[in-house]
Amino acid sequence: MSTVAPTAGRIVRFSSRGLHRKNWVVAICITVLVLAVVVALIGSAIAPYDPNFVSLSNAYVGPTGGHLLGFDPAGRDLLSRLLAGARTTILGPVAVVVISVGVGTGVAVATAWLGGWFDAGVSAVVDVLFAFPGILLAVLAAAVFGPSLKSAVIALSVAYTPYVARILRGAALRERAQQYVAALEVQGLTGFGICLRHLVPNVFPLIVAQATILFGYAMVDLAAISFLGLGVQTPQPDWGVMVSEGQTGVLQGYPAESLAAGLAIMVVVIAVNLLGERLVDNAQRSSH
Amino acid sequence: MLRFVARRLVMLVVTLLVSSFVIFSALYVAPGNPIAVLSGGRSLPPSSIAILEKRYHLNDPFFVRYADWVKGAVHGDFGVSIALHEDVSSLISARIGTTLELVAYASILILLFGIGLGLLGALRPGPIDSGVIVITAISAALPAFVAAVVLQTVFAVNLGWFPATGNGLGFVDQVRHLTLPAFSLAVGSLALVARVTRASVREEAGKEHVQTAISRGIPYGMVVRRHVLRNAAIPITTVAGITIASLIAIDTVVETAFSLNGLGSYLVASASNKDFAVVQGISLVLVTIFVVINTIVDILYAVLDPRVKLGSRAQ
Repeated sequence: MSTVAPTAGRIVRFSSRGLHRKNWVVAICITVLVLAVVVALIGSAIAPYDPNFVSLSNAYVGPTGGHLLGFDPAGRDLLSRLLAGARTTILGPVAVVVISVGVGTGVAVATAWLGGWFDAGVSAVVDVLFAFPGILLAVLAAAVFGPSLKSAVIALSVAYTPYVARILRGAALRERAQQYVAALEVQGLTGFGICLRHLVPNVFPLIVAQATILFGYAMVDLAAISFLGLGVQTPQPDWGVMVSEGQTGVLQGYPAESLAAGLAIMVVVIAVNLLGERLVDNAQRSSH
Repeated sequence: MLRFVARRLVMLVVTLLVSSFVIFSALYVAPGNPIAVLSGGRSLPPSSIAILEKRYHLNDPFFVRYADWVKGAVHGDFGVSIALHEDVSSLISARIGTTLELVAYASILILLFGIGLGLLGALRPGPIDSGVIVITAISAALPAFVAAVVLQTVFAVNLGWFPATGNGLGFVDQVRHLTLPAFSLAVGSLALVARVTRASVREEAGKEHVQTAISRGIPYGMVVRRHVLRNAAIPITTVAGITIASLIAIDTVVETAFSLNGLGSYLVASASNKDFAVVQGISLVLVTIFVVINTIVDILYAVLDPRVKLGSRAQ
């Protein structure tokens, strides 16, 4: 912010209040995310009913005793499907982030460290691959390997890797130019050792921040692919699949399933985005 | 300048060649022989197999086949749909209008509401600004397919203002049918444009030359138009261009959610049906649109900001 405050007192009061508010936001975001991960891990165990038990006589019935959210178009318990569906919806994007950040970091550090024609060549490839939208690659993968969560995860990982590599290459280059790196080189440490023990740990806050931001994108994209019927396959509960399954209900005035699953996705994504922005801010502040 | 444009155009061609190669070779990565992939596992009479072998030059070396495919694509020949026994190019040309109209409509909404909200937040601090921040935070996290469901529920089913699905006939009816899809498509990008607009207008408004202009007594409106907006336009143009290019991918989701008969929904349906020639054709068209928009944005950026280093990419 470039607002010029006339007195020092105002600056202090403003910033401390801002910090206070932001800490609350961060606490809420972390709580939401921890809850989401717990549900992803044990959701199907704590679901009150069998998420795949169909009873057509209950189709579109609203909340009743023992069924807090009511039933979906096939008469399955909505809350149970929501709890069980958290697994693929949360863990799928985790896999995408782990793969793309892992490979992307490797590429970024290698290009920044080696430089020269290797850097030029790999960076050119990264720039070209940057052009391929993730969802289109996932549709292509579904056509080739058949629709499944696995092909969607692989396609998105491939699509996100250039993005990670491009951002982290800049950070790695800045770090490479630091004097401590030269000092370590003079002491005879191998390049690999310096990267692994010193360079990567020093850019780690930025890696975590980018991974968090990426998780939000991956979750929306993966849910979208499942919504299209090219990711997680239908009877299996998944929030993206549930939005699509509920669409028949939407047009008949029973939007409960689509809205519940959509809201669940949004709450997690908002929490991740707010946390990610904060982490990026912190990482940038500490590196200057 | 000319050299910069030339370099961008070369990069455009290289990107298109690599993308087309990825799309083309996907056919051979798939398990099973190409005939089985092209037919999606359907059993074909020997005469059809002979036609496919001839059409795809399956007896030629790999790179000759690729060159032939690209040559065909450049001339508008994308092969034959196995499911419909129709030329892929005629299937595409029947649907591309809907997709382009939808993307154009959404782009107008993004520019109008994105820049509008951003300006409102930047120039009216206080409760209005806080409102803008909350609205953009929510819409940034609103996936297009969830937006579709919410808009269908509120404006189609409950209020009945707009139709929930379908394309419509005639211009006015089409616009009515495309309104909810266009908003679903625009909502995420709109938030991004609003945030960048707000941030860059704030930054420009705080600069010394703006303070000087205000203290010299130049009318506020003129200061905003001449000194703030003109400088803030550079990042706004860039982010608007990039988000509009990204609509090409989200378009598949929105068209499917609203049962629109465009390229995106047809791409998804063909991927599910394993109609591979159609998937390749539409992917190539969509990626081309995407890459071309990105190139235009890059060149526009250099035109708008004479300070941009026209050499290699900034480090």
